[in-house]
Amino acid sequence: MSQWLPIEEIAEKVRSGELKAVDLVNMALKTIEDKNEYNAIISTTKDRALQRAQQIDSGEKKGRLVGVPFIAKDNFLAFGAETTAGSNMLKGFVAPYQATAIEKLEAEGAICVAKANLDAFAHGSSTENSDFGVTHNPYDKTRVAGGSSGGSAAAVVLDMAPFALGSDTGGSIRLPASFCGCVGYKPTYGLVSRSGVVAMASSLDVIGPLARTVEDTALILDVLAGRDELDSTTIDRDPESYTILAPAKNLKIGVIKEYMGEGLDDGVKNQIEVSIAKLRNSGAEIIEISLPSLPLSLAVYYIICPAEVSSNLSRYDGVRYGHTDKSAKTVEENYIKSRGQGFGAENKRRIIIGTHVLSSGYYDAYYKTAQTVRTKLINEFNEAFKTVDFLIGPVTPNTAFEIGSHHNEPMLDYLTDIMTVAANLVGIPAISLPIGSVNGLPVGLQLMGKQHSDRQLLALAKQTEELSK
Amino acid sequence: MVSSDVRNKYKVTIGIECHVQLKTKSKLFSGADNDAKVASPNTLVNHIDFGLPGALPVVNKEAIHLASRAAFALGTQPQLFSKFDRKHYFYPDLPMGYQITQFDLPIVVGGGVAIEVGGEKLVIGVTRAHLEADAGKSIHPPGKDYTLVDLNRAGTPLLEIVSEPDMHSPEEAKAYVQELYLLMKYADVSEANLYYGNMRFDVNVSVSQTDELGTRTETKNLNSFRSVEKAAEYEINRQIELLEKGNTIAQETRGWGEAKQKTLSQRGKEEAHDYRYMPDPDLPPVTLSPEYIDSVKQEMPLMPGQWRDLLEPLGLTFDQIESLIEAEVDHTSISYLSLLKNDLQNKDQVIGTANMMINTEIPLRREGNLPEISGEQRARIYNELDDLLQAKQLSSTAAKSLLGDLLAATDTPEDIKAFAEGKGYIQISDSNEITNFVKSVIADNPKAVEELKAGETKVIGFLVGQVMKLSKGKANPGLAQDLIKQELGL
Repeated sequence: MSQWLPIEEIAEKVRSGELKAVDLVNMALKTIEDKNEYNAIISTTKDRALQRAQQIDSGEKKGRLVGVPFIAKDNFLAFGAETTAGSNMLKGFVAPYQATAIEKLEAEGAICVAKANLDAFAHGSSTENSDFGVTHNPYDKTRVAGGSSGGSAAAVVLDMAPFALGSDTGGSIRLPASFCGCVGYKPTYGLVSRSGVVAMASSLDVIGPLARTVEDTALILDVLAGRDELDSTTIDRDPESYTILAPAKNLKIGVIKEYMGEGLDDGVKNQIEVSIAKLRNSGAEIIEISLPSLPLSLAVYYIICPAEVSSNLSRYDGVRYGHTDKSAKTVEENYIKSRGQGFGAENKRRIIIGTHVLSSGYYDAYYKTAQTVRTKLINEFNEAFKTVDFLIGPVTPNTAFEIGSHHNEPMLDYLTDIMTVAANLVGIPAISLPIGSVNGLPVGLQLMGKQHSDRQLLALAKQTEELSK
Repeated sequence: MVSSDVRNKYKVTIGIECHVQLKTKSKLFSGADNDAKVASPNTLVNHIDFGLPGALPVVNKEAIHLASRAAFALGTQPQLFSKFDRKHYFYPDLPMGYQITQFDLPIVVGGGVAIEVGGEKLVIGVTRAHLEADAGKSIHPPGKDYTLVDLNRAGTPLLEIVSEPDMHSPEEAKAYVQELYLLMKYADVSEANLYYGNMRFDVNVSVSQTDELGTRTETKNLNSFRSVEKAAEYEINRQIELLEKGNTIAQETRGWGEAKQKTLSQRGKEEAHDYRYMPDPDLPPVTLSPEYIDSVKQEMPLMPGQWRDLLEPLGLTFDQIESLIEAEVDHTSISYLSLLKNDLQNKDQVIGTANMMINTEIPLRREGNLPEISGEQRARIYNELDDLLQAKQLSSTAAKSLLGDLLAATDTPEDIKAFAEGKGYIQISDSNEITNFVKSVIADNPKAVEELKAGETKVIGFLVGQVMKLSKGKANPGLAQDLIKQELGL
């Protein structure tokens, strides 16, 4: 049993004076301290969090999330602690402004208590690429928590806070949610502002919540969603609240053929099939859907993503902020030393791949071709959503793997993302929902909807959540 | 210097790229102030210009608006669809490690600039014009082992206008950049202050004896019309001299040494960057509706070419028109052209008024110190001056002085004639009064009168001068001359 009530109830009790924000913050900070061994957290914002809590307790108790503690992945710029993005490059970096997501949550009275661990610059599927050490899986400390939002997922499951923020470029919210056993939500591209979040791949990055229940997830999304004048890729939100989770009737759900075949762990497959059966029994029509270009999505992702990564990481040049080798005598030496020391192996791998695919003479063969296939993939998903309302499948082929087992095998790590990257390439909403376990390790179910169907997708997730109880 | 015989063997080809700084309030992708002229270093910089983590560019709608106006000024219209791309290179004054520009789908495609050189009219084609964010400024203090970076200029919106290689002489190159300057001023898209580098020119020059283009050089960052002309001239001679000696031209970037009036090699083609252009995923494409484009078209003021077409039929000469067109951009609130075209009470007055503007008002305004004045008052001044001239109550010299006094007045006097009388500018055109002067002049100068009677006609000038002297300059000299002749029965 969690020590946290549903988020709406926490806020209600803070409003009524039954709960004190300071006690809630202390409860979060104590849990963080007690479970330090999992290394889910890079830093706490203790002083600022307590100060904000005291202000709330002694002042107007306003806002839908008043007094509710939360944890932000450490690639969100936030006051009260450093923002490192899990990298030595940004060690010591103090943000002079806050991410829009943080601002929106704070405006509703939520209190950021800590910054969660992640793969450096969110490059990875296991949090093993963090320059601040690996995060351990709450169910088995010898295993990874998934990534890149591994710290956020583990923190939620370890009960450190009622919810956490993550970012998802190719599965970085859903994968750790699946490995750790919480809800992880990737909204429609542009529904939540990226302003103030250290960019990984701008055309793929989305911001979303990780929480214990679909209801909590929907409430946080409702606060985060909507246009932001600081991010021109943001879109209009649903005029209705995302917390209206009434189940729809006569749903058609497509089982993604390409995700259910070879390579899928039998235990995981069995769990997914049980969930599908429950949905069928509850009245949904289940259809098998094939998306022929889906097997290409990982290849497309690992061209477009590094291309954008190589570009977005250009600003970390040791000139204005971040890691600088002060011994450098020339501009060029500064670049080579500062970037060479600040970035980790995976960062460098992606910068090199990205630089290569954008180089003149290779652009057409790689980047342009990848964009063409991306468009084809979008068309295939659009076509599928003419037949079905939602798609269903696993989040990842296996449960959490052992720490170190992918060492020096970047391809194994990349393959972890095989079932999550498509939603980012296509820009559709997707959710990872804990549905059970195999050998004591959590299994997640992935549900996807068409663009802008976030509210309906959350309603289906809620229905599925109840069925798997 | 090559001889004209040698020079004539070669066909010269010139193309020009021009960076125009747009006069938006804020920068192209951030809310920071765009006016870096007098600001202390690094004071006009926000999280976007500084390239902080998580900072996202947001396109300034006013920059799109000004680029759209520029499209019309260049004789075309903005594209319905354009997009932004990233151009990558590392430099300390480029905070993000890439410049945001427009690579393959710019906001302006096509267009042309009409020029006239040596009485010949031609149109220089415009290939494209694209929006891009300027970089910051690197300052290398002499003798120091460090470089200072000022990011005030980082993110300033630039419109880069790329011409076709349609120019074939330094004179044409100069005429093109001058006209481009006027177009940008008339369209009100740029301060176009060359001193502050609001317009910078890169001049591409090649020479060839055949129809095939020769190897070109690019002389970058010229900031005056004269330096464009001089650099083109220098490059033509340099390249012909090299070819005449049997050498080849290196494709390279050159700079202009103002002190030595020479171009100097900066970097060769082998050092050219691979900019790894890619669409900027932070910025949605710019889509303009036909309604928007039409509304920009409707708001466009008259361009210099249109003014020329309007003024030529009024009888003004090429030089007069060009003087007025150039002066028109001196002040935002003072228009010479529309006053001439719209506010004069009679048509015969146009040439006289234009001359008064060119000879008196324009020089006075350029000296500064003239107070603000409404268009209505200015029109009234020119119209009443014309009345007084027509009535021969003003000499042309007095008219000039009176105009100067009227323009210098903080409030234009209600009764201009009374003002002129008060200042003593009104001439005596009363025959009786002048006859009195004439009579005493004849009486006082018998020798001159004799000579005049004997046929020395130019002596009349002396006598008129005496009348003017006696009348303290107020007699109408034409009338005085007539009356002298009449008095002497000539």
